[in-house]
Amino acid sequence: MDTLNPKLFDTDVEQLPIRKGYGDGLLQAGKEDERIVALCADLTGSTMTSTFSKVFPNRFVEMGIGEQSMASVASGMAAMGKIPFLASYAMFSPGRNWEQIRTTICYNDSNVKIAGAHAGVSVGPDGGTHQAVEDIAITRVIPRMTVIVPCDAIEAKKATLAAAKMTGPVYIRLAREATPVITTEATPFAIGKAQQVFTPKETAQVGIIAIGALVYNAIMAARELETEGIYAAVMNLGTVKPIDEEAVVALAKDTGAVVTVEEHQVACGVGSAVAEVLAKHQPAPIEFVGVHDKFGQSGEPNELIEQYGMGVSHIKEAVKKVIARK
Amino acid sequence: MTTLHEEKIKLLEEKANLIRQSIIEMLIEAKSGHSAGPLGMADVFALFYFHILKHDPKNPSWPERDRLILSNGHICPVLYAAMAHAGYFPVEELKTLRKFGSRLQGHPHREWLPMMETSSGPLGSGLSQAVGMALADRMDNGKATQKFFYCFMGDGELDCGQVWEATMLAGKEKLHNIIGVIDRNNIQIDGFTEDIMPLEPLKEKFESFGWHVLEVDGHNFEALSDAVGQAQAVFEKPSMIIAHTIPGKGVDFMERRFEWHGVPPGQGPEDKVKKAEQGLEALNELRTLCGKIKSEHE
Repeated sequence: MDTLNPKLFDTDVEQLPIRKGYGDGLLQAGKEDERIVALCADLTGSTMTSTFSKVFPNRFVEMGIGEQSMASVASGMAAMGKIPFLASYAMFSPGRNWEQIRTTICYNDSNVKIAGAHAGVSVGPDGGTHQAVEDIAITRVIPRMTVIVPCDAIEAKKATLAAAKMTGPVYIRLAREATPVITTEATPFAIGKAQQVFTPKETAQVGIIAIGALVYNAIMAARELETEGIYAAVMNLGTVKPIDEEAVVALAKDTGAVVTVEEHQVACGVGSAVAEVLAKHQPAPIEFVGVHDKFGQSGEPNELIEQYGMGVSHIKEAVKKVIARK
Repeated sequence: MTTLHEEKIKLLEEKANLIRQSIIEMLIEAKSGHSAGPLGMADVFALFYFHILKHDPKNPSWPERDRLILSNGHICPVLYAAMAHAGYFPVEELKTLRKFGSRLQGHPHREWLPMMETSSGPLGSGLSQAVGMALADRMDNGKATQKFFYCFMGDGELDCGQVWEATMLAGKEKLHNIIGVIDRNNIQIDGFTEDIMPLEPLKEKFESFGWHVLEVDGHNFEALSDAVGQAQAVFEKPSMIIAHTIPGKGVDFMERRFEWHGVPPGQGPEDKVKKAEQGLEALNELRTLCGKIKSEHE
């Protein structure tokens, strides 16, 4: 627990947008390695690319609203030895430019990093057109793509720095709203490594595998369940691909039942990735918390998280349901 | 780049003819692939690989080389043939086109043949990649860079919106060392470009996006070479060369016919030559032409 924010359970826990971590990480990566360049499609401020572009204007390309071209321009830059980071809203990149990402980045094995901001229904008032809940599915399906979903701004910074250091295409999923800071600077982070973030007082009966900002809701759910005598461990998966098979299998083996939590369609997302691993190595009952085959709508982030069944109460319900299936 | 003299033109004609023969041989062997586009671009490829490009086939990753990005990957038989004849890999290997395990994938995949600048097939993304390369190069070398970034494109793929995103960006960034070459053969799979999705006035379109535009006969080495020279001399704008080509050029029964866009000899329309004879007839036509050129000079 030392590696978690000591104020995590306080009502005034610090809140930061995950995308801020991307901006901070990009700037630091840019200072450490001059091959790093940034591209943005007319969303420089809200993707936090501006943190980098203000310091390195000559290493920044303003694409205008041209996400398809942005992916291929980045591929061309990578072919010349640059390490491009491109950013837009997840709905447009990797949404609109999926084929360009597939062919000109992944098929070419280009060293390009893609940041998808404003993912999930928690985008809020902008409504369903802007709420990407399919981006994990369409990125993890592409060969060679690494897919990271940071749980807070601190982890997003670490993920951005780690992406800069590894060779190959990476997708980093970011969110708009300020959300609780779960981890600390001291929390270890490595691509492909999951981490247990909540260990109950007694032997866990269920393992909750969560990702993104909903890791907070998962921890809150586990904590409340503890008072009811139900014991759940919570794992922050961090990386969807390559998935930490060892940790996922071990959790299922120890607990015998799993609940997955993601702000994404349950089809083809994190729950599916976990199910693929468990069906093969450690079959266990699974309940899937996430968006169930629906589009988003306007509203306040918390209202939408509740509406689409990803609130603390929904996670608790799923835990009880999966225990009953054991 | 020097101006073309008669000897050089003769050499380029010979190379283009060899490239065309290789294209037909490859397609006969592969039993699938595109005929019209590769034949139509053989002269352009011959000019670039044997006159224009600053490159070293024995050292393909030479950092100072010019980059040639093929955007319309389906005409790759002409790319493979030109590269083989230029010495990048054995001409014999051309016969493996589209076969299991071959480096010559049906559409170019750079992973298999790293001496190519990119992979392509899905249309419309080559120009963006060329622009990205030129931008990266300018970040390192400034405007004094000695490298040129050539992007070969089909006219049909100008239907793709992405092409115009890249066109706008290159214009905005004034990337003078971007030189595009459009294979203006007027056909695409479903028919003539002006029926499927009209492109004209094409020259004016690119001009209005801030490009210097040249229109030339894509089979006239002197005119083409002059156009490239002019494009290289324009310093404040990217340049686009609209090369008017004849699809199927060099094989009489394939010329100007969109039915020959996506099929190999042996599977084309039968009104002039029977399917079974299309391969040999095409090779005969090319070889006779070869003989004719020789006899004229003798």
